[in-house]
Amino acid sequence: MSAAQPAAENEGVRSARRGQLKVFIGMAAGVGKTYRMLQEGHAAKAAGRDVAIGYMEPHRRPETSALAEGLEAIPRRRLTYRDTELEEMDLPALLARAPKLALIDELAHTNAPGAEHEKRYEDVRDVLAAGIDVFSTVNVQHLESLNDQVTELTGTRVRETIPDAVLGEADEVVLIDLTPEALIERLRAGKVYPGEGIEAALRNFFTVENLLALREVALRQVAQEVEAKRLVVEEPLGTREERVAAGVPKAVGERLLALVRPQPSSQRLVRRAWRSAQRLGTDLDLLWVKPPSLPIEGEVERQVTALRHLASVLGATFLIEESDSLVDGAAQVVRERGTTYIMVGESLPPRGFARLREPLPQRLMRATPPGVDVRIVAHRGGNKEPS
Amino acid sequence: MTVERVLIAVALVAGLAGGYLIARSRWRGRRSERPQAIHQILLPFTGTAISRRAVDAALRLARAEEATLMPAYLATVPKRLPLDCAIPAEAAKAMPMLEAIEQRATAQGVGIDSRIERGRSYRHALARLLDRERFDRVVVPATAEAGAELSGDDLAWLLEKAPAEVLILRPGPEDRLFVTANGIPGCLAGLR
Repeated sequence: MSAAQPAAENEGVRSARRGQLKVFIGMAAGVGKTYRMLQEGHAAKAAGRDVAIGYMEPHRRPETSALAEGLEAIPRRRLTYRDTELEEMDLPALLARAPKLALIDELAHTNAPGAEHEKRYEDVRDVLAAGIDVFSTVNVQHLESLNDQVTELTGTRVRETIPDAVLGEADEVVLIDLTPEALIERLRAGKVYPGEGIEAALRNFFTVENLLALREVALRQVAQEVEAKRLVVEEPLGTREERVAAGVPKAVGERLLALVRPQPSSQRLVRRAWRSAQRLGTDLDLLWVKPPSLPIEGEVERQVTALRHLASVLGATFLIEESDSLVDGAAQVVRERGTTYIMVGESLPPRGFARLREPLPQRLMRATPPGVDVRIVAHRGGNKEPS
Repeated sequence: MTVERVLIAVALVAGLAGGYLIARSRWRGRRSERPQAIHQILLPFTGTAISRRAVDAALRLARAEEATLMPAYLATVPKRLPLDCAIPAEAAKAMPMLEAIEQRATAQGVGIDSRIERGRSYRHALARLLDRERFDRVVVPATAEAGAELSGDDLAWLLEKAPAEVLILRPGPEDRLFVTANGIPGCLAGLR
């Protein structure tokens, strides 16, 4: 019998429904994820549900250990690895016990060799498949896609990660939020780590700057999860234009495109665009629509290199599209990249026959799919660029 | 007959005028696509504040020499990350600084072409910048504060390696004023 097939299920007791997963996510250790999970476990038990602790990591926190009292805990399993005895969640015992709700701490934990799975989230999948609801916990830096970003922000790389899809599978994600100051206060009071680890933690990881950055990441992540769940998840209908035209509430992420030129003044536009992209939590593309007759050499080449370099620093994508028409070139890229937002620099007041032409933003809006916004970034200096 | 000639003459004049205007507008468009080669003054800096005296000195020089100012934020990338990785946290520090310097430069009519350069250390970032860009002058503030900006060793290295004139500003009492991301006019020491 595989671990995914509990004894109870074989006896025909359990229904075939998949269990519900609720994840408590936080910016760092000590914000109170395990505590909140236990509180909700008690609430469920008080409401008459059959609750058991599959695994709980008290981290030598007396308040957390005290809260676990009164909830049944499935005894841990001892596994020996290289003469060291390690304690892990006893997955077969939990599946055999088959409570209605299992509390399983530390979703990103790596199991000791000899366990059914390498990672605890895989254990959790088995538990869910057995129709058992699960409450679990994770820190934001354990999400694979955020690992590099968090490393960049904090200088600390976390080894134990989970695929983002695991969080995506959760039926409910609850952010356990705490201000950095409050968390540091808890740390100083010895509520997070025992005495000997406090100073080192304060010096290395638990700085206000790190925690502010992590908190922002956590808030954004949960906002994204909420948005993704709020939006309809049915299969795409036709092309993007058709979906937008039909007003289908499809989960279309924002994508920002800045129209640049190989000129120093484009740098300001890129800065503005990048800050907007950061606020929206979206990807940024920089596009230069290059006239086919214009060779990339000399000063143009230098400015193109500078833009490419800036894009690399910012994590943006720099694109060059050859076209005689700025509008046609941009519209082509907008369609290909699924852009939802275009930023352009301010144009010179038109002269001569150019006065008869429609302004660039209007031409862009007409040429691009419906729903694409166009924003004009004001030029700071006197040398405005012609459109 | 005379009326026909007049009409033909009018049509010719209108056609020539139109052709001239179209050609002129295209020529202007092409010209604007080709930035002119110009003198550059490099102003490297680190962190979230730069001596206002250094910025003003660089701007004075740029204005006098009709040069473009190239403020360059030097960012360090930890060794465990690839050198060419995106550095959003550093960029977030650099952006408001570059914006503040640009605002000050624009007010004085100085052209600006900013950069963010990555390196394993400030000196490494500066070395990469020297390789990548060409400039005629470097303005760099010497600071009395240890570890705050480029070190004395870095400045000595710069004097030796930079293929341009290097202007190192002696620390002065005015260095208590900075251009920071918080405000353009600078702020008092302590906010650094």
